[in-house]
Amino acid sequence: MTERSFEILDVSLRDGSHAMKHSFTEEQVRATAKGLDAAGVNYFEVSHGDGLGGSSLQYGFSKVDELKLIEAAADECENAKVSVLLIPGIGIKEDLQEAVKVGAKMVRVATHVTEADVAAQHIALGRELGLKTVGFLMMAHMAPVEKVVEQAKLFESYGAEIVYVTDSAGYMLPNDVTERISALKQSIGCEIGFHAHNNLSMAMANTIAAVEAGATYIDGSLRALGAGAGNTQTEVMAAVLERLGYNTGIDLYKLMDVANDVVAKFMQRPQEITGSGLIMGYSGVYSSFLLHTQAAAQKFGVDERDILVELGRMKAVGGQEDLIYDVAQQFALKKQKVEV
Amino acid sequence: MRKLKVGIIGSGNIGTDLMYKIERSENLEMSVMVGIDPDSDGLKRAADRGYVAISNGIEGLMEQLDLVDIVFDATSAYAHKNHSDLLTAAGKKVIDLTPAAIGPFTVPPVNLTEHFDEANLNMVTCGGQATIPMVKAVSRVIPVEYAEIVATVASKSAGPGTRANIDEFTRTTSKAIEQVGGAKKGKAIIILNPAEPPIIMRDTVNALVEEEGKEEEIIASVQEMVKEVQKYVPGYRLRGTPQFDGRKVSIFLEVEGAGDYFPPYSGNLDIMTAAAARVADELAKQLTATNA
Repeated sequence: MTERSFEILDVSLRDGSHAMKHSFTEEQVRATAKGLDAAGVNYFEVSHGDGLGGSSLQYGFSKVDELKLIEAAADECENAKVSVLLIPGIGIKEDLQEAVKVGAKMVRVATHVTEADVAAQHIALGRELGLKTVGFLMMAHMAPVEKVVEQAKLFESYGAEIVYVTDSAGYMLPNDVTERISALKQSIGCEIGFHAHNNLSMAMANTIAAVEAGATYIDGSLRALGAGAGNTQTEVMAAVLERLGYNTGIDLYKLMDVANDVVAKFMQRPQEITGSGLIMGYSGVYSSFLLHTQAAAQKFGVDERDILVELGRMKAVGGQEDLIYDVAQQFALKKQKVEV
Repeated sequence: MRKLKVGIIGSGNIGTDLMYKIERSENLEMSVMVGIDPDSDGLKRAADRGYVAISNGIEGLMEQLDLVDIVFDATSAYAHKNHSDLLTAAGKKVIDLTPAAIGPFTVPPVNLTEHFDEANLNMVTCGGQATIPMVKAVSRVIPVEYAEIVATVASKSAGPGTRANIDEFTRTTSKAIEQVGGAKKGKAIIILNPAEPPIIMRDTVNALVEEEGKEEEIIASVQEMVKEVQKYVPGYRLRGTPQFDGRKVSIFLEVEGAGDYFPPYSGNLDIMTAAAARVADELAKQLTATNA
C-alpha cells in the first residue's frame, strides 16, 4: 500500500454537535465511529461542539455526557484514533485527562488566531500524556498572514506537532488559504492542517488549495454535518482528492455508506447554505452562532441577518454566543423606540 | 485618624493600578511598592510619587516590614503561597489578587466583612468580581441550581499572568460562584477578544433557578446589587434588562474602568483593584477604630 498523501480527519461527531444542538446519542456515535473506522479514516473527533467542558447554558447542554460518547467511539475503533477539542477558557486540563482515560488519543487545542499563548499548558499536557497534539488557530481569516505565522510558531514552541489554519467563519477564498498555508510551510517545521466551513460554498475549493499548498491534515464532516453551512463534505472530498491523483487511503464506498446510511438518517435538517449561513461567510462570523442567532431573532422579533452583520462589525470571536442575545435585545429596544 | 500603611507586591498592571486607588482611600496610606525589575514602569511611578520602591521582591520587603500593615499580592498564583506564609507569620494582613485562593473568597457587596478575622483574603478573579454579585442577587430571591458566567475581555487587558493562569481562572471563579454567589453548581468561561479599538469588559450571567416566577423580585434585586457595585466601580452597568426563559435567568453586563493606570476598556482589571481597595479600606476602618 502506498503512503497516504495526507490524513483526512472527520469532525462530524464534534463540529456536527452544533448542528445537532449537542444531542448526539451513544447509538449515533457508535454507528458513525464504526463506519469511519471501517472506511479507513485514521482520525476523527468527538466532543461537545465547543470542545471539552462546552456543555453549558451559553452553548447548549450535551444530551449525553461527552465522556460517554468519547468512550463509545473509542470502543468501536480498530485502527482509527479519537481526537478531542479543547478550547482554553472553556475546558481545563482535567477535562483532557478524563478524556484520555476513556480513550482519546489526539487533542486539538484551539484558540482565537491571535491568542495562542493561553494554550501553552494544555499543549504541554497533551504531549506529556502521549497524545498527538495539535494547535488549532480559529477564525484565521481575522489576522494577517504574518500574525498567523507568529502564532503558529508559538504553538510549535509549546510542543504542537500539527498547526491548523481554521476558517471558522467560512469566510476565506482559495487565495487566502494558499497564502496562509504556504507561509506556514516556509516558516514552521511541524505539519499543517486546514479546517473549512462551507458558508460561501468554498469549502472544497479551499481544501484543494490547502492540500496543494502543503497541508497534510484536512478536516471534513459526513454530509457536511457541522456548524453554519457545515464543513467540507468528507465523502465528496475523498472522491475529489482521489480524482486529483492523491492517495487518501480511504474506501470511498464504505465512507459513503456511513454518510448516507448512518449520518443522513439522524440529521435534524439538511446542510444547505441558508441566508444566515451566507451572511456568516460574507461578514466573517463564527459558524456555531447560526442556530443561536435564529433563536435570538425569533425571541426578539428582529432580522437574523442584522444580528449577524452587527456581530461581524463588532469583531465577535468564537465562544461569544452571549453577545448574540445582547445584540438582538439592543435591536429590539431600538425598534421599540422607533415604533413609539 | 491613623491610616493603615499599604504595601503592594507586584509592580505590573494590577499592582500599579491599585496604587492609584489606594491613594484615594481615607483609611489607607500607600507606602511601599515591591517588584523584581528595577526598570519596571510600576516601580518608577511609585518612586516618583514618593513611595518606597523595593526591587528585590519579597526578600526586600521582609527587611522593612515596619513600613506596612496590609500587603496586597498582585503577582501570580504560583508565587503567592510563599509570600503569604512569610507575611502572615509576621502578623501582616494579606489581600490576594492572584487566583491562588489560599484564603477565603471576598466579593465586597456580598461578604465584605465576613472573613476579616482571617490573615489572608482572596479576591477571586476579575470575572468573579464582576459576576458573583449578580449570582447572589438572584440566589437571595430564589435558590439557584446552577449558575454560569461568561467574561469577555479585551486581549490587551489580559497580561501574561492571566494567560498562563487561564485554568486557575476558570476553576477559582467556578468555586466562588458556589461559595459566595450561592449557586449549587457554578461554571466559568473566559473569552479574549483582540478587536481594535479594544472592547469594554462584558459579562453574562446565566442562572437556572429552582422554579419559574419571581421575575419582578429578581429584577429589583439585580438593580439594587448593581448600585452596590457602582459604589466602588461607577462604570458597572446592566445592558438591557434581565431576560427570563423558563427557569433560566440571563443578565448582561458591561464594566468600564476608572482609567487610572489602564484605559477604561479594562473594566476587568479595574473591578479587581477597586474591589481589593474597597476591602482594605473597610478593614482599615475597623482595625483603626478598635485600636483607637
